[in-house]
Amino acid sequence: MDVTILLQQFINALSLGSLYGLIAIGYTMVYGILRLINFAHGDIMMMGCFFAFYGIFMFSLSWWASFVIAIVLTAVLGIMIDRGAYRPVRNAPRISALITAIGVSFLLENVGLVVFGGRPKGFPRPEFLGTIHELWGVRFLGLLIWTPLVTLLLLAFILFVVYRTRVGRAMRCISFDMETTRLMGVDVNRIVAITFAIGSAVAAAGGILWAMKYPQINPLMGIIPGLKAFVAAVLGGIGNVTGAMAGGLLLGFAEIFLVAINPDLAGYRDAIAFAILILILLFRPSGLMGEKLPE
Amino acid sequence: MLEINDLNVHYGGIHALKGVTLSVPEGKIITLVGANGAGKSTLLRTICGLVTATGGSIRFEGRELIGLKTFEIIKLGIAMAPEGRKIFVNLSVYENLLMGAYNRKGETEQKRDIEWVYTIFPRLRERTAQKGGTLSGGEQQMLAVGRALMSRPRLLMLDEPSLGLAPLLIREVFRIIGQIHGEGTTILLIEQNAMAALHIADYGYVLETGKIVLEGTGKALLEDERVREAYLG
Repeated sequence: MDVTILLQQFINALSLGSLYGLIAIGYTMVYGILRLINFAHGDIMMMGCFFAFYGIFMFSLSWWASFVIAIVLTAVLGIMIDRGAYRPVRNAPRISALITAIGVSFLLENVGLVVFGGRPKGFPRPEFLGTIHELWGVRFLGLLIWTPLVTLLLLAFILFVVYRTRVGRAMRCISFDMETTRLMGVDVNRIVAITFAIGSAVAAAGGILWAMKYPQINPLMGIIPGLKAFVAAVLGGIGNVTGAMAGGLLLGFAEIFLVAINPDLAGYRDAIAFAILILILLFRPSGLMGEKLPE
Repeated sequence: MLEINDLNVHYGGIHALKGVTLSVPEGKIITLVGANGAGKSTLLRTICGLVTATGGSIRFEGRELIGLKTFEIIKLGIAMAPEGRKIFVNLSVYENLLMGAYNRKGETEQKRDIEWVYTIFPRLRERTAQKGGTLSGGEQQMLAVGRALMSRPRLLMLDEPSLGLAPLLIREVFRIIGQIHGEGTTILLIEQNAMAALHIADYGYVLETGKIVLEGTGKALLEDERVREAYLG
């Protein structure tokens, strides 16, 4: 493999991994405080893409206005899902919440099929993201450079919220002991809502970047990225934001480079993620950066 | 300040509190003693809204607490250091203290109060950057009390602050409870260590299987035959 191809694949892997990481952050944040795998997370991401799509084509908004509004709407959707579906089963056994999450996932997918239609829709790409750059013989879309940059910015923002603010401190406390956190005077439901809002907003941002990459959307588009982001979150150590991003990047690099080294594997690309999941669960269930759970 | 009237609680299928009536006047230390499982912790947890009462009333400065959410009750000026300390093991000592001041505005005030907590518990200052989980049992207890103080509560409730501590540390904890009280905080203290608790308290209640069976000044209870027999050995 010569240097040009290596660099080419590096850029591909970096942007793909960033997207997995962005979506994984939402999984990991919700899991971190509620011990709930929000299986609807990929579908929430899909909803964000459709919000952006309709913003542009139905309401003729500029792309950036439409993206911002879509991200805000997706955050609101995340809060509503928590309020309507998860909060009622908060004190029920964990399996009930998990099944609820699967139900929400099916609901979003099928409502999407009915409302948006099953046929894929072309997703627009702002001009500066669609131009092709050339560097040392490597040709790539502007989007592939912007994706990791946006990701880095969002990651920095989330790390700041989680580790440097009052709300973030409360999030970390809830993940340890919800009842004692209440005794500190924390309105736990509010913190959970904020967590869903942030996780969903970041998923929407990731989804929009994802949609621009391919560039089309459909109501079932969230399933595979959702599952892979879940693998990324587990790989990084679920509950840990930095770990989710690291897991996403690792997964992106594994997929791209395994296929680059051995093109015969191209058909098994999606299987790589799940093979990694199985290996992680077998040999290091707490993930790369996961904390050991207290006994 | 705190008036509990005919409080009933059913908890986990049992009638945990059976018509408890108790009063905590402002500026006093009131203690509730009793054996394990008598319902002492349930009482504190009900005051905080962690357990739902099935009857009766809990009034704090005239305001009914039953039906309020825990965070609303805490905002009224009540703090609790729960049984088993419940330190946030994944947060530093400093962050644990900040959590205690969650609903208070003003960073300078919070810093000043952390200083104040550190003067009461100098050991915590040495440990300020350490994770809560790395502290010894006694240090964790100090942190639990310090954290409760950080909300500047008018009523401080302590659930078994001496549990699991060495005798020397127990004496230290009680000395500090006296000191906090001296600075103007009303205290409701729950203890298995009835002797120490009654010594420090203005007034005490004895709880047995969910009922108040005896009450009186700390001194009177210390001299009471039944108390001596059952709790002081």
